Amino acid sequence: MANNFLRRVDLIFDQDCNFKDVLKSTYQRSNDDIINELLESGLKGRGGAGFPTALKWKFTSEQADVEKYIVCNADEGEPGTFKDREILFKVPLKVFGGMAICAKVINAKEGFLYLRGEYRFLLPELEKQLAQFQSILDELKIDFHIKIIMGSGAYICGEESALFESMEGGRGEPRNKPPYPTVSGFRKKPTVINNVETLVYSFMIFRYGAHKFKELGTADSRGSKVFSVSGDTPKPGIYELELGMTVEQFVEEFGDGDTKAVQVGGASGFCVPRKRFKDTIIGFEGVPTGGSMMLFNSSRSMYNVLHNYLEFFEEESCGQCTPCRVGCQQLKLGIEAVKRGERHATYLEQLQKLAQTMKITAKCGLGQSVANSFFSIVENFKEEMIY
Amino acid sequence: MAKKINLIIDGIPVTVDEGTTILQAAKQLNIHIPTLCYHDDLCVAGNCRVCVVEMKGARTLPASCAMPVAEGMEIMTNTIKVRTARKHIIDLLLSEHNAQCTTCYKNGNCELQNLAAEYKISEPMFIDLVPFKNYQIDAYSPSIIKDDSKCIRCQRCVRTCEELQHVSALGVAYKGDKMKISTFFENPMFEVVCTNCGQCVNRCPTGALVERNYVEEVWDAIYDKGKHVVVQTAPAVRVALGEDLGMEPGEIVTGKMVTALRRLGFDSVLDTDFSADLTIMEEGFELLGRLKKALVDKDPSVHLPMTTSCSPGWIKFIEHTYPEYLDNVSTCKSPQQMFGALAKTYYAQKKNLDPANIISVSVMPCTAKKFEANRPEMRSSGYKDVDYVLTTRELAVMIKQAGIDFGELPETHYDSIMGESTGAAVIFGATGGVMEAALRTAYEVVTGREVPFDGLNITPVRGMEGVREASIKIEKTKPEWKFLDGAVLKTVVAHGLTNAKKVMDAVRAGKGDWHFIEIMACPGGCLGGGGQPIPTNAEIRQKRADAIYREDAGMKIRKSHENPEIVAIYKEFLHEPNGHKSHELLHTHYRERERY
Repeated sequence: MANNFLRRVDLIFDQDCNFKDVLKSTYQRSNDDIINELLESGLKGRGGAGFPTALKWKFTSEQADVEKYIVCNADEGEPGTFKDREILFKVPLKVFGGMAICAKVINAKEGFLYLRGEYRFLLPELEKQLAQFQSILDELKIDFHIKIIMGSGAYICGEESALFESMEGGRGEPRNKPPYPTVSGFRKKPTVINNVETLVYSFMIFRYGAHKFKELGTADSRGSKVFSVSGDTPKPGIYELELGMTVEQFVEEFGDGDTKAVQVGGASGFCVPRKRFKDTIIGFEGVPTGGSMMLFNSSRSMYNVLHNYLEFFEEESCGQCTPCRVGCQQLKLGIEAVKRGERHATYLEQLQKLAQTMKITAKCGLGQSVANSFFSIVENFKEEMIY
Repeated sequence: MAKKINLIIDGIPVTVDEGTTILQAAKQLNIHIPTLCYHDDLCVAGNCRVCVVEMKGARTLPASCAMPVAEGMEIMTNTIKVRTARKHIIDLLLSEHNAQCTTCYKNGNCELQNLAAEYKISEPMFIDLVPFKNYQIDAYSPSIIKDDSKCIRCQRCVRTCEELQHVSALGVAYKGDKMKISTFFENPMFEVVCTNCGQCVNRCPTGALVERNYVEEVWDAIYDKGKHVVVQTAPAVRVALGEDLGMEPGEIVTGKMVTALRRLGFDSVLDTDFSADLTIMEEGFELLGRLKKALVDKDPSVHLPMTTSCSPGWIKFIEHTYPEYLDNVSTCKSPQQMFGALAKTYYAQKKNLDPANIISVSVMPCTAKKFEANRPEMRSSGYKDVDYVLTTRELAVMIKQAGIDFGELPETHYDSIMGESTGAAVIFGATGGVMEAALRTAYEVVTGREVPFDGLNITPVRGMEGVREASIKIEKTKPEWKFLDGAVLKTVVAHGLTNAKKVMDAVRAGKGDWHFIEIMACPGGCLGGGGQPIPTNAEIRQKRADAIYREDAGMKIRKSHENPEIVAIYKEFLHEPNGHKSHELLHTHYRERERY
């Protein structure tokens, strides 16, 4: 890679990995030891929210219930992200391996992989790989089984509690929190729910040790991350990169020379305009991302971009809570009205206040995060909203 | 004892049990937090978000109905952040709500309207969403009208239908902006498993679900000089009507109600309690007959346990859900329909009226009664036996429209005939009441003695427990009932269809060895019916129940078979319980309905 600042990493897709050995050696370690190593690594959830993985495992392991579960969230639905698909396609055993290690720590006998409805084409191969995985577990005399459950295409089912509802056969609607999944998750039992990528990193940390992972990234954002790069770029695709780069460094590598904005974290993420490229770090200290990186050049209308996101949220809201269900419709109709001149430009300020209310009152992360793209696009591209 | 939690709300320290929500804790401090989707009878949804509060240290504003208290928590219920958010949320709800308040049936009794008034929402902040949706009113049902344009998606109805009734006729369909409350395949309410119980109507905060009202039709009948309009009033109405007319729950307003009905212009004010007593005679003898067939004749075709048939919500539920047990249902019509059949036969004869000119109106705590009156089975007088069914709420509307100061009315007595009743009939309005009334009569018929309970109060069948079992030993019978000597009559009472399901599942599994089952579709029995004043909750229902038992205790006659008008009707018209005439007018059979 030509760029001096960007470091390509190869942890995730590293094929030189003896799956059975890693699993065997990790299973010989104590649970405390495993949790401590994971804690030491600083691994945070790769789905976007960034909760320390070790703590999720620890909290769940501390629950007295006999029945517990590990669930892999493979409902990758954020617009612009497709990295879990690649991971499941290329290294599914590592995903299962991460689940198996977690199962040991929390003492779960059953695990589930909730696969995005649109990824059904992955299922036959995944089932084959799963059979191989189960035979390795049998060899190692590990009592743990994974089932793959298909989603049906609702974005909201990527929200962990909606995902549990969907798995239980209910409507994909988020639950009230607390209780959190570590206390009451799938079937109301303590559950660890991790993103696909998080589970692979967990597995790789037990292959290489926490130190290798910790060497990468920054204090707040340890390790590397798989990015899904799309939009106005000459080289769209999947890249595993060290965390801690600025948007400017990213754009230097992936931009087409005319990048005016980068949407970091998909529709629910933040839009970074050119003037902020330099001082914006991609990571938990700056703009966090589940992996989606969309580049827009000057030929793009940011009004259209925002309108597209709002249309998406309007449709993908589960519809149960007021701020999200009605708020999304109002934001979309609101920018349309301003654009058509039916409402004064100051109405945008009203809408921003509404977005702020959605951010603090919506029941789940979906409704709360609509404000991210709304604010960052309206703030930075106001003239495009009005004229 | 529950662990105690200390927290601070609006600067005031409070100690509550672990597991209490912020909303409940605030209530203890008399701090009012507005709510919409929350309902005392239902599980917490936390979806309207009107009840949000500020919590120190939290990024978001939690919904106080869904957030349990924690040690050291600091809550603020009235900050600029909270106020702005709440106003936004109310504004959002108004933007998706068809706010034609002046022409809305719920005008003046709408929780969203109250909230808008409380927050002085003057001008719509957001774009009106109603014109974007292609809303259609479902007005096919004779009981319930569903208007999605007024729906605020709080899902109280969905939770009611699922949790309290186990019917799930209403559910959530679609997502996002298209999300709505709907039925199976979006069929009209009339064509789905809906039992018409109206519990959803009772809990809907807006005008999205209301009863089909027959107020205008009844006024027209009253004004029609050529018609003789009779009105009957159900037992549970007299302990609840006052709530809609400025009185406290639990007031008995029987005498005032009778006066008011007369002032409205009804030609004859009669009592469903009369036909409730009649039901006891018919149903009691039917049960004894079935027992005799089973025990003496050893007839294998006899169906036991026998269930009650007074509750039309229960009837529709069993038609859909347990059709194989329809033969176990008593063949007795409900008291409303017995009354209707007699009004245009017995009453018409006695009063020398042409039944074609009689309009028969009933006032019921119930929306399912509207459906029942429209059943094809209910025309045995040769006419529609009951022409119009009003709910308690509709009667209150008429009383207000007539300019009557209800509280100041003198008390008067029902007209005759078919206006006399007993304490046994009054308690029909409470869960367990039919059972108690039936036992009072059946035991005495069989043994010649009163039931062996202090003051005729069969307390084991009373109360608000969902399913209550009781047994009564029959000893020293009269000679003709010898086969029952020493027998233990086993009974069970259930109210709310979720509890009915428990009982019927036990029957289906062969686990219930009961002889007689009382089922009322609504929580608390008819006193908690879908046509009763809004709001409803356990406390209000208990007060109504207390009033019913007070009314019973104060009655001169407390056993159905001692009602002089009942004695007279058997002598002059029906001749004997379960006789030929009874079967012609007072009994019927129901048939299986498909689940979908």
